Amino acid sequence: MSDLNKLTIAEARDKLRGGEITSTELTSACLEQIEGAGALGAFVHHTPDQAMEQAKAADARIAAGDAPAMCGIPLGIKDLFCTKGVPSQAASAILNGFKPEYESTVSQNLFDAGSVMLGKLNMDEFAMGSSNETSVYGNVVNPWRRGNEDTALTPGGSSGGSASAVAADLCLGATGTDTGGSIRQPAAFVGITGIKPTYGRCSRWGIVAFASSLDQAGPMTKSVRDAAIMLEAMCGHDPKDSTSAELPVPNFEAMLTGEIKGKVIGIPKEYRMDGMPEEIEKLWADGTDMLRDAGAEIHDISLPHTKYALPAYYVIAPAEASSNLARYDGVRYGHRANLSQGDGITEMYEKTRAEGFGPEVQRRVMIGTYVLSAGFYDAYYNRARKVRTLIKKDFEDVFAAGVDAILTPATPSAAFGLGEMADADPVQMYLNDVFTVTVNLAGLPGISVPAGLDKRGLPLGLQLIGRPWEEGELLNYAYTLEGAAGFVAKPEKWW
Amino acid sequence: MSIDTDTAAKVAKLARIRVEDDALPALAQEFNNILGFIEQLNEVDVTGVEPMVSVTPMRLKRREDVVNDGNQQDKVLSNAPDAREGFFAVPKVVE
Repeated sequence: MSDLNKLTIAEARDKLRGGEITSTELTSACLEQIEGAGALGAFVHHTPDQAMEQAKAADARIAAGDAPAMCGIPLGIKDLFCTKGVPSQAASAILNGFKPEYESTVSQNLFDAGSVMLGKLNMDEFAMGSSNETSVYGNVVNPWRRGNEDTALTPGGSSGGSASAVAADLCLGATGTDTGGSIRQPAAFVGITGIKPTYGRCSRWGIVAFASSLDQAGPMTKSVRDAAIMLEAMCGHDPKDSTSAELPVPNFEAMLTGEIKGKVIGIPKEYRMDGMPEEIEKLWADGTDMLRDAGAEIHDISLPHTKYALPAYYVIAPAEASSNLARYDGVRYGHRANLSQGDGITEMYEKTRAEGFGPEVQRRVMIGTYVLSAGFYDAYYNRARKVRTLIKKDFEDVFAAGVDAILTPATPSAAFGLGEMADADPVQMYLNDVFTVTVNLAGLPGISVPAGLDKRGLPLGLQLIGRPWEEGELLNYAYTLEGAAGFVAKPEKWW
Repeated sequence: MSIDTDTAAKVAKLARIRVEDDALPALAQEFNNILGFIEQLNEVDVTGVEPMVSVTPMRLKRREDVVNDGNQQDKVLSNAPDAREGFFAVPKVVE
């Protein structure tokens, strides 16, 4: 059977269980595609030997019966996840050569379920970016192109390698992480599904920390059903993460009924931004109609503090990053600068961090240092945390008023060209996360679903935001939207 | 609030990131752009609002105060740029 790499996780699971294919065949098909896809820059560390070993073990397990859904499924793992004995450097020069002695909980959960790791995926350095242009490994290229142009487009970021790899069928699914939109924005840019679960659903243990109060892992997949299957395998309580929720994990796939009659979907007026492209407006209106046609009640709602989410995020995330990234000091792991005669420990720190961190990471660490410094802590950091309380309350109020989920655009535009934002102010790049960042600040689950193409043939996504811990319900709304939108387009292979 | 090159140099120092003198004016300008964006927060009335500590209402879990780990010096040191005789080695710290 050819094109096994193009299967969804659900299709592959059924074929594996039915004995039609083996994980060894499936894994080989993916490895072959990865070999030929260097131009995408998605896979940065290849682990074919480990993959084949895991595939053989999965085949044995499936043959023995009673294998979990993810058994034998070949995945890509974002470079932010520590994987035992395999380079894990958060796309940063400062972690050059770092090979963890331990496995992140999320990747371990996936391996325990029998999944296969094909390799590590490119990303923005320390997950700081919206275009995958800050990686030490170089840019990731979006498999999609604008019409007949050959301009290289961004796959979004920070989980750009995950997005590109899944959209190009190099793997069946990939892990991503989302601090301000890093799963949902790239998923929208490449026409795939990406869900960020409720804060605390997935363990953060072994994931290189960016902003600990915002970071969450989630799956990036070819369909909503796949997202449900893979999320279930990723999450669960972990004593090693003190913010990990001690809640049972539902069977998310079983909750995909397509039945949403009488559910209340909120449309927040504050997400209608000035200068929003007409195509995005139309997509949003179409999505609203689809949910209404499926039996949902549509309510106009207000989330009054939306405008302040991005500025609050650009205080809180850099503040936490400056603290988390203090550990990269050239002592315990990764890069250490060559020192001159007479250099002491301070010079070692300063030179190591200047060489090891790229410009965007340096910028954010320093902004974070500034907003936490004596005299500014109250004015910036405490004020931002108060605004965060208000942003969360906006959501609590609409949920208390009976709203079940909220529909918004996923991104303010389609994928843009690599380099197109090079001369822009950093703040312009930050605006990419305008629709997604509220969800991280409020700790809610959010999912991006591909819903259409723009006039140049690029995918556009819609976002659904759910109540805390109701990923199952959220996935069901997304499943309904996916079915109605009928998005089946794939990028034409040029790589 | 405007950041001058001296403040930029001080922040770089606090962050332990070496920034050459000729790069400081551009850095100060970038800080000003970002802080200008952040200053929108001053428009919000936050009187009586508690700063968020935890996004999900939960008390951090505690564990028994017992040793549950250890005896893995080799693993701890395996990624160090300079490890000697069971220790991390660094340049001279005290004069």
